[in-house]
Amino acid sequence: MEICRQNESLEIRELDPFLAELLRQIPDSVNTKNSPAAEERLLSAPAEAKETEFRSEWKLYVVPELRRLFQSSTETVRQDLEQLHCTKKPFANCTLKIPLAHADAWLNALNQARLAIAASYNFTEHELADHFRSPFGNRRDLGLFQVNFYGFLQEFILREIPACTDEG
Amino acid sequence: MSGQRREDEAPSASQLMEYPVIAQGTVETPTVEKEEATKGEIQAPWNVVVHNDPVNLMTYVTMVFQRVFGYPRERAEKHMLEVHQKGRSILWSGVRERAELYVQQLHAYLLLATIEKPG
Repeated sequence: MEICRQNESLEIRELDPFLAELLRQIPDSVNTKNSPAAEERLLSAPAEAKETEFRSEWKLYVVPELRRLFQSSTETVRQDLEQLHCTKKPFANCTLKIPLAHADAWLNALNQARLAIAASYNFTEHELADHFRSPFGNRRDLGLFQVNFYGFLQEFILREIPACTDEG
Repeated sequence: MSGQRREDEAPSASQLMEYPVIAQGTVETPTVEKEEATKGEIQAPWNVVVHNDPVNLMTYVTMVFQRVFGYPRERAEKHMLEVHQKGRSILWSGVRERAELYVQQLHAYLLLATIEKPG
């Protein structure tokens, strides 16, 4: 796999079928319907439990906006991932182009996916820091690999986009 | 710092709840006591706290602090490291409605952020 910036887009070339499949799973990974832990993490509480009024207002007014934002990012990523369905040979390597204008949506969707997977499997800090874990043998190990792979992509995107500040 | 909302800012959750009730062309004015209490509550300093999260990348958290608060990279990194090492960092203190807005923005970036009253 090779990842680089090409003019106004980020390109992931020589993407092998396994990694391509992991990317295709991003939109499904952010679905929290079957994981209360993931739902709780993506829509965390904005204040202590004693702030009951504020928390109920938050659920009423802010949470729907956050859901819309998260869904919008995921939809952008889903559309970009359509490129991966166009390969003529089923097991051929392929290229994914991410327009720079979509970088924020990718950062958000990748983060949603990482947080949702980590919450669902209740990964420990030690597990998350173990980047040299041996090859995976079960779904949980694969989940950890996903978290790390998506993190690697986030790091690359972060290097290529400005933080929108004067840096001074 | 003024507690008044700028024209181009979206109202926060608490602001939405504080708008006067409009019925049949009349505006019900809140009682003086309630108005003073609300004003006092809004003007008391509130902290915007970000809590540690082993999943969010350090570079990502730094970028978020730069974007949301307009902090230069060094200051953003200092807060990021404080979150990482001490478990939490106070990113901003001030009027409640603005603190709520910051927390909302931080949640949009999926950081663990809360509003807290000091002491």
